[in-house]
Amino acid sequence: MSKDEWPLYEVFIRSKSGLSHRHAGSVHAADDDMALTNARDTYTRRNEGVSIWVVRSDRIVASDPAETAAFFEPAEDKIYRHPTFYEIPDEVDNL
Amino acid sequence: MYTQGLDQAGKSDPAGAETKAQLDAFQARVDAEEKIEAKDWMPEAYRRTLIRQISQHAHSEIIGMQPEGNWLTRAPTLKRKAILLAKVQDEAGHGLYLYGAAETLGISRDRMVADLLSGKAKYSSIFNYPTLTWADIGAIGWLVDGAAIMNQIPLCRCSYGPYSRAMVRICKEESFHQRQGYEIMLTLCRGTDEQKAMAQDALNRFWWPSLMMFGPSDAASKHSAQSMAWKIKRFSNDELRQKFIDVTVPQAEYLGLKVPDDKLRFDEETGHYEHSDIDWQEFFDVIAGNGPCNEQRMAKRRKAHDDGAWVREAARAHAAKRAKAAA
Amino acid sequence: MTPDAALIRYVTRLGDNALVLGQRMIELVAASPELEEELANANFALDYIGQARMLYTHAGEREGQGRNEDDVAFLRAEHEYRNLLLVEQPNGHFGDSTVRAVLFESFYVLLLDALTRCDDEGLAGIAARAVKEVRYHLKHSSQWLVRLGDGTEESHVRAQQSLNDLWRFTGEMFADDEVDRIVRDEFDGPDLNVIAGQWRQAVAAIVGAATLEMPADGWMASGGKSGRHTEHFGYLLADLQYMQRVYPGAAW
Repeated sequence: MSKDEWPLYEVFIRSKSGLSHRHAGSVHAADDDMALTNARDTYTRRNEGVSIWVVRSDRIVASDPAETAAFFEPAEDKIYRHPTFYEIPDEVDNL
Repeated sequence: MYTQGLDQAGKSDPAGAETKAQLDAFQARVDAEEKIEAKDWMPEAYRRTLIRQISQHAHSEIIGMQPEGNWLTRAPTLKRKAILLAKVQDEAGHGLYLYGAAETLGISRDRMVADLLSGKAKYSSIFNYPTLTWADIGAIGWLVDGAAIMNQIPLCRCSYGPYSRAMVRICKEESFHQRQGYEIMLTLCRGTDEQKAMAQDALNRFWWPSLMMFGPSDAASKHSAQSMAWKIKRFSNDELRQKFIDVTVPQAEYLGLKVPDDKLRFDEETGHYEHSDIDWQEFFDVIAGNGPCNEQRMAKRRKAHDDGAWVREAARAHAAKRAKAAA
Repeated sequence: MTPDAALIRYVTRLGDNALVLGQRMIELVAASPELEEELANANFALDYIGQARMLYTHAGEREGQGRNEDDVAFLRAEHEYRNLLLVEQPNGHFGDSTVRAVLFESFYVLLLDALTRCDDEGLAGIAARAVKEVRYHLKHSSQWLVRLGDGTEESHVRAQQSLNDLWRFTGEMFADDEVDRIVRDEFDGPDLNVIAGQWRQAVAAIVGAATLEMPADGWMASGGKSGRHTEHFGYLLADLQYMQRVYPGAAW
C-alpha cells in the first residue's frame, strides 16, 4: 500500500438473518465509518445484505499457505469423527 | 471486458529463483482446475500477467463510464436516466472489484491508477469512440456489453481465485446491461424514421470497434499459449469474435438494421458468418493514443484525480486526528 | 387556490427538488474524488431520481389530466419548475456539493418525516420511503463535512467558504408561501416554522463537529419556489429537456 492511499478494508455481508457473514470483497476508506458506508454503497446495491462487518485488511491474521500441510492434513485421518465411520444395523432407528 | 492487452505476458522471474519443480507443481495444480489463491506460490510471470490483465480490465471499466456518462444528463426519460445511471454505477463498482482482485497480487490501487494516468497502462480501445446520439447508448449496451460478456463468462473460470470470484459477481450484475441496450435499439427501430436512422448510424459506427474489442488474431501472438496453459484465458480472440458475430448478426436482422459489412454472409457449411477483414491499423492507432477521444477521456480522469487530491488528504488527516485522540 | 391545486403544486415542487438535485449529482459522475465515492454519489442520485418519479406520478394522478412522470419532468417552461434555489446551484468543488447536501438534506429529512404523517395517503407513503433514503444521505454528507472541516488547513478553509457561500440559499426553505400554508392547514402538512428551529439545531451540531462556524443570517436569496431561478438553471434544463424538445412525442 502506498502511504497516500486510504487503507484497505475487507467487507463481510450477512445476506439475511439466520445466515453468517460472508466475505464480499474489499473497499478503501480513510476511517471505520467511511469503510462501513463505502461497503454499503458498493456491495449492497442489489439488496444483498442486512448486516455488514468491515475490518482493516492489515488486521487479519491468516494461516500461511506454506504451512497448509502441517495445519490441515493431520485432520484428514481422524475419520472416526464422522458419523459415517460407524456401522449401525438398518433396523436400529433414531441414531 | 476489455482484456485486449492480455497477450502481453509478464516478464519471467528476474532472479531466476523459480525451480522447475515449483513450476511443475504449479502447473499441476492449474491442470487439476485447482484455484490459485493470493498467498499461494505462483510464477512471477503468472503474477505479472494477471496484474496487467486485471488492472487493464479495471481501467477499462473506469474509463468506460465516460462515453455512457456523456448521456446521463440528457437521457430522454426518467426511467432511461435511472437505468443508465445504475449501469454506469455498476461500471464503477466493477472497476472497484477488479482493482481489489489485482491488489491481492501485491500491487496498490494507487500504483495502478498512477499507471493509468501516466498513460503507461492501457484500457480497451472501444472507449475512445464518442457517443454522439442517444442511440449510441443502445449500441454500447447491445454490442459493447455483448462483446464484453463473451469475453467475461470464461473468465469466471479463470485459475486465479480472486479474479474468478470478481468476475462471477460482475457477470451476475451485468446480465441486465446488454438487455437494456438491445431494448433501447428495439424501441428506436420501432419508432420514427428519424429514430431508426439514429439506430442504424450507431450500428455503423460501433460495429467494427466492437469486433476489435476481442483483440488481434491469436496467430499474431506468441503469449496466448501461455495464458491458455495457465487457464487465465480459455478461448482464442478469434473464437470469441466469431461467436460474437454469429449471435449478433441475427439480432441486427431482427431489428431491421444492416450490419455495415458488404462481405458478410452465412456459410452453411461451417455454420458461421464470414466477414471482411478488420482494419487493424485503426485498432493499433487507437490503442497508441490516436483515437477520437483518447485525450478527452484521459484529461477528464486526470482532472477528477487532481481535483480530489485535497479531499482524499483531508479524510486522511481527519482519520489521523481521530486515531490520535483515541490513543 | 383550492386545496387540491395547492397539494398538486406542493408535490410537484418536492419532485422538482429531487429531480434537480439528482441531475446535479449526475453531473458529478466520473468526477468523484475517490472510486468508492463514485458509487455513493450514484446511489444518492438514483434515490433522488426515483423520488422525483414517484412524486411526479402522484402529482399527475391527482391532477387527473393524463400527465405522466415524463410530461411533468421534461415538458415545462423554466418558470414552471419550483425547486429551491439551493439545489440548482452548480456543483463547484467537493466541499460545495457536500455543504449543499448537508444544508438541503438536514431540511429535507425533517420535512419528509413530517410528511409521513400528512393527510394525503399517497404523499405520506412516498415520504415514508424517501425519508429512509435521505437519512442515510445525510449521514454520509455530514460525516464528510466533519472530515473536511476537521481535516487539513486547506479543507477547513474551503469547507467554511462553501458554507458561507451557500448560506444565503437556506432562508428560502423556511419562507412559507400560500402553497405551504394550505398543505399545512388542509392536509396536516409540515409547519416550516417548527422545522426551521429543528434544522438550525441539527445543522449547528454538524457544523460544530466539523469545527466550522455557523455563518451569520444575512440577506437571503429566494425565488425558486415561485419559479424565478438563478441563471445556472436554464443550462441544467437545456440538458435535461434536450431529447424531449428535439424529438417531441417520440417514445424512448
